[in-house]
Order: sequence, then structure tokens, then C-alpha cells
Amino acid sequence: MKRIVAAILAILIFIVLALAFVKIPFGNINLSDYHYYNPITDKQTSDSVPQHYLVDGKKDTGSTNIVTAVVVDYRGFDTLGEVTVLFLAATGVGSIMYIFEKEKRRKVRRANAVVETASQLLFGFIVLFGAYIFVHGHLTPGGGFPGGAVIASAFLLLYLAYPRFHAEHKTLNVAESLAGLTFVIAGLLGLLISGSFLYNFLPFGVPTYLFSAGIIPVIYVAVGVKVGSELTGIVDAMMGVRE
Amino acid sequence: MIPYYYLASIALIVIGIYVVIAKKNLIKIIIGLDLMDTGVNLLLIAIGYVKGGTAPIENANYALYVDPIPQALVLTAIVIGVSVMALALSMVIGLYKNIGTLEIDELRRVKE
Repeated sequence: MKRIVAAILAILIFIVLALAFVKIPFGNINLSDYHYYNPITDKQTSDSVPQHYLVDGKKDTGSTNIVTAVVVDYRGFDTLGEVTVLFLAATGVGSIMYIFEKEKRRKVRRANAVVETASQLLFGFIVLFGAYIFVHGHLTPGGGFPGGAVIASAFLLLYLAYPRFHAEHKTLNVAESLAGLTFVIAGLLGLLISGSFLYNFLPFGVPTYLFSAGIIPVIYVAVGVKVGSELTGIVDAMMGVRE
Repeated sequence: MIPYYYLASIALIVIGIYVVIAKKNLIKIIIGLDLMDTGVNLLLIAIGYVKGGTAPIENANYALYVDPIPQALVLTAIVIGVSVMALALSMVIGLYKNIGTLEIDELRRVKE
């Protein structure tokens, strides 16, 4: 009975949503067609917001990856909030798992020798790849969040291969706090130097070079370290006490 | 004619809604939430597509780029989705450790 009601409801929602999307064009939009009203200068400008980001993004931020320019520079404050949400989730997972942990040690079998050796060999390369992703966030696809996730996956590999492996909580906390502090201090320095939070105060350098785009690489490295340590903390909390 | 990218992402959202309502296992409900999340992300990315455009990273071979704003939005949405999922799964692990079941009917009986 419940399944039939759910199925009917799902089909109804499908039809309504599909009808709502009939008139929305797919792929036929011309980003320069839209006009945009600037309330500060009280003028209609001929470029839309995405067109402005695409045309002036490199000049404004020095980053060739426009998505990174939007995430870290134009809407950097939003990213600070996002990192905070991730931090709160990691804290929540840690505390919930701590409450329910009843000193029950789970017995875990040792992994195969092949898995152990291979994970030792691969660990360094995976961490290196994660670092590569977040260091090149302003030049290539990727950035702090995927890079951090890749680093956490390297730690997950160690957790799966070695039953007794535990990441040091203090080190994780220090890395995470330092990364968070770097983000906030970079923002406050911008406030001190030019009067707006997260202002890009460093020289932009030559675009497409590694040391370019001002504070974007600094912030993305901080975000990468922070996300990596937080996700490792989540993995550690979920694995529980093992023996 | 509705483009099939929209149809596929709406289908994902609707399958997620069906799973959340009809299934009785907590893990399956969380999988349904994740399906809805993925559907919404796919829909946002599909709306920002420009025919013939490439990823918004400076590329000398292309003159057209897709809309960067939905992509930045979805980057945020993915991270929030991961946080929600981790929190929900940790609650489920805690429930299972304390009560020993994940079926909603049995959990309701435990309450009394």
C-alpha cells in the first residue's frame, strides 16, 4: 500500500517537474545576451554576471580557472562558511561516535600481505597526487576540496590495510586548526591592507604560472589541508576502536 | 521536447523521493537522500551548459565556455552533501550499536 502511494506520488512529481523544465532551453543560451543592472553605478551593462566572470575573471583574480576564481575570490566568504559546515559535520561525527562507543573492541582480521605492501607503496603517491590537485587549483580542474578528499582516501587505504593503524588525533587537530587560521588570517590581512575581507592583496604574477593569482593558491592549500584532515578524522571516528 | 539531461536528473530526484518514502531500512533511506542530492547537482550543471562550450578554464582552442556559476554552486553543494551524509551515517552506526537493528518498524517497537 505504502509503495503504491509512494509510486503515484513519485510519478506526479516527475510529471510536474518535467513540465516545469519544458520551456528552459538546453545549451542554447548565449551568455552575452543577458543584461545586468549595476546598482552602484546605476547603469545597465551589456555583460551578464557569468560573462563578466569569463571575460574579466583573469584580469580581476589572476586565475585561469574561472570556477576557482568564483569559489575562492569572488565568493571567498561563502567558501569560508562551507569549510565551517564541513568542520561542524566532522565534529558532530566525532562526538556521536564517541557517545556510542562502548569500549567494545572489534576484532579485525589482518589484511593480505599483497594489500599491506601495495598500500605502503601507494600511500605516498596518493598523498602526492592530492597535493598536486590542490596546489594547481587555480590552473587545472580540481582544487582544495577534491585534493583533500584524495588525501583522506590515502589514509582510508591505510585504515583498511592495517587493523591497528590510527591517525594521530593531535596532529590532525593541529593541521586542521593551522589551515583554518591561515584562511581567516589571509582574509583579515586583506581587510587590513585594502578594507575588504579576503581581498586579493598579493601580486597576481603571470597567469598560468604556479606562483600566480595572489592569495588563491594560499587559500586553496589551506582548504586542502583542512578538508584532508577533517575527512581523515571522520574516517577515524567511523572505524571505531579496533584490535 | 525536454532534453534528456533534464529528464535523467529529474528521474534521479524522483527515484530518491520514492526510496525515502517506500523503503524501511535506514541505510536505504540515506542512499535515497544521496540520489536526490546527485539529481539536483546534475540538473544545475545541465542548466549551465552552453552548446559547443568547454570547461571554464582558459583554453586557446575554444571561444565558448559554459556558465561557471552553477559549477561553483555545485562544488559547494557536493561538500555540504558529503557533510550531511557523514553525519547521517554516523547516527545510523550509533543506532545500530545500541539497538541492533536498522528496520524502521522494529525501531518503532523499541520506543515503547
